[in-house]
Amino acid sequence: MIQMKNVVKKYPNGVVAANGISIDIKKGEFVYVVGPSGAGKSTFIKLMYREEKPTSGDVIIAGINLSTLKKRQVPYLRRQLGVVFQDFKLLPRLNVYENVAFALEVIEENPKEIRKRVMEVLDLVGLKHKVRMFPDELSGGEQQRVSIARSIVNKPKVVIADEPTGNLDPETSWEIMNIFEEINTRGTTIIMATHNREIVNTIRKRVIAIEGGLIVRDVFGGDYGYEG
Amino acid sequence: MYSEVTTAMKGRTIRRHFRESIKSIGRNGWMTLASISAVTVTLLLVGVFTIIMMNLNKVADDIENDVEIKVLIDIIADPTQAKTAEDKLMSEIKGLSGVNEAVYSSKEHELDLLIEDYGEDLSLFEQSNPLNNVIYVKAKDPQKTASVAKQITKLENVNDVKYGEGKVEKLFNVLNTSRNVGLVLILGLLFTAIFLISNTIRITIIARKDEIEIMKLVGATNSFVRIPFVLEGMWLGILGSIIPIAVVSIVYVNIFNILQPKLHGELLQLLDVTPLLYQVNALILVMGILIGIWGSFMSVRKFLKV
Repeated sequence: MIQMKNVVKKYPNGVVAANGISIDIKKGEFVYVVGPSGAGKSTFIKLMYREEKPTSGDVIIAGINLSTLKKRQVPYLRRQLGVVFQDFKLLPRLNVYENVAFALEVIEENPKEIRKRVMEVLDLVGLKHKVRMFPDELSGGEQQRVSIARSIVNKPKVVIADEPTGNLDPETSWEIMNIFEEINTRGTTIIMATHNREIVNTIRKRVIAIEGGLIVRDVFGGDYGYEG
Repeated sequence: MYSEVTTAMKGRTIRRHFRESIKSIGRNGWMTLASISAVTVTLLLVGVFTIIMMNLNKVADDIENDVEIKVLIDIIADPTQAKTAEDKLMSEIKGLSGVNEAVYSSKEHELDLLIEDYGEDLSLFEQSNPLNNVIYVKAKDPQKTASVAKQITKLENVNDVKYGEGKVEKLFNVLNTSRNVGLVLILGLLFTAIFLISNTIRITIIARKDEIEIMKLVGATNSFVRIPFVLEGMWLGILGSIIPIAVVSIVYVNIFNILQPKLHGELLQLLDVTPLLYQVNALILVMGILIGIWGSFMSVRKFLKV
């Protein structure tokens, strides 16, 4: 599903955030990406949805080689993925329903189907009763659930999450994790960068540790491995 | 799978873009108001200035068109000979390419005109009229009066040609300069309008750059992001031109109704309401729309590179 081959990412300011990363993630896997701040986690994630382009090496997602992907094809790649961020990235002027529906309007889905699918995913994340509310009227956990609903509404093969629980209290974080697990059991591949030791150590999954732009550890069912 | 086929946008997507653009106008409240105000103020200036310049231009045209050439005809004693000579001269003048119209005026008529201007004292000349018969000529292009006069001088039986040599050239210089100054001022104002409006729109869009980024992350194509913004710019232009159009129309109609009766018979005349207001209002509306669209288009472009 996701392959990286000798990926190097050098930023214009000289920082080397990826220094020859190779990885193979299979369909339906649940992968944590851990590591200290500034180790290259975010770059690793950004390379997958083509916010950053590798300086050299190949990134292949669902059969698409991102290194040769043309700029105007990027939107079509992103429709194959769901992306969840630490800061939710909801459209502030759209309500819950519209935020989720946006991902389907973009692919010009028909309105009936949009309505059906949006209500389905909002039901899945437990926000069916708040469809008309705006992001600033919701708690952090609720906003993140909207963002997750948006990321899965067009049935992506992969969901990429960059510290999705980073801004949430522990209890809410567990609720969010339950949703991710639910999505994963339905067959969606999940890549999640996280700092949350408790979660990684409790919900055991494959753990990839990145330090200094390199993968230093790759263990199935591993633990967080860093001191809190 | 992902394909390059962007094909034609579906009808419902176009409807969606229109819906979104209108919704956005409402939801952006203050930002919308700021943009509309900028459009209103600048277009009002443009409208008022255009009306003033067009009227000044008309005055200049009227003054120019008032310039004519006075052709004095040689005095010929024999009336029949005189008649044929004058007819020949008349047709020769009318045959010149630069001539618009030529009007004959007998020396008796000329004397009447003088008496009208200077009083009955001159009536003693009625016994032996020292004046010449005259042909008044207007050039097609008033600016070419001098060259037309020169051509007429060469014709037979022409005693003298008068058109205010020297003065006319100066007058034309003044008129041309004032026209050019007006044009420069209008262009400067247009440029300011474009700059001010597109900058205001830019600021409102910068405030929404996160939105653009998010749309791109969810897989929106550039045109999908851009079209609602551009349509919003169009609405801003239309909404912003309402007040200028109303103010310019009402004020001009009133000024026209007050001034026009007083100017009756004067050289100085205002432009009629009907074609002028249509032209100026169309200019205001079209400018508002174009600048709105252009300003949005350029501002969004900057943030599409996510």
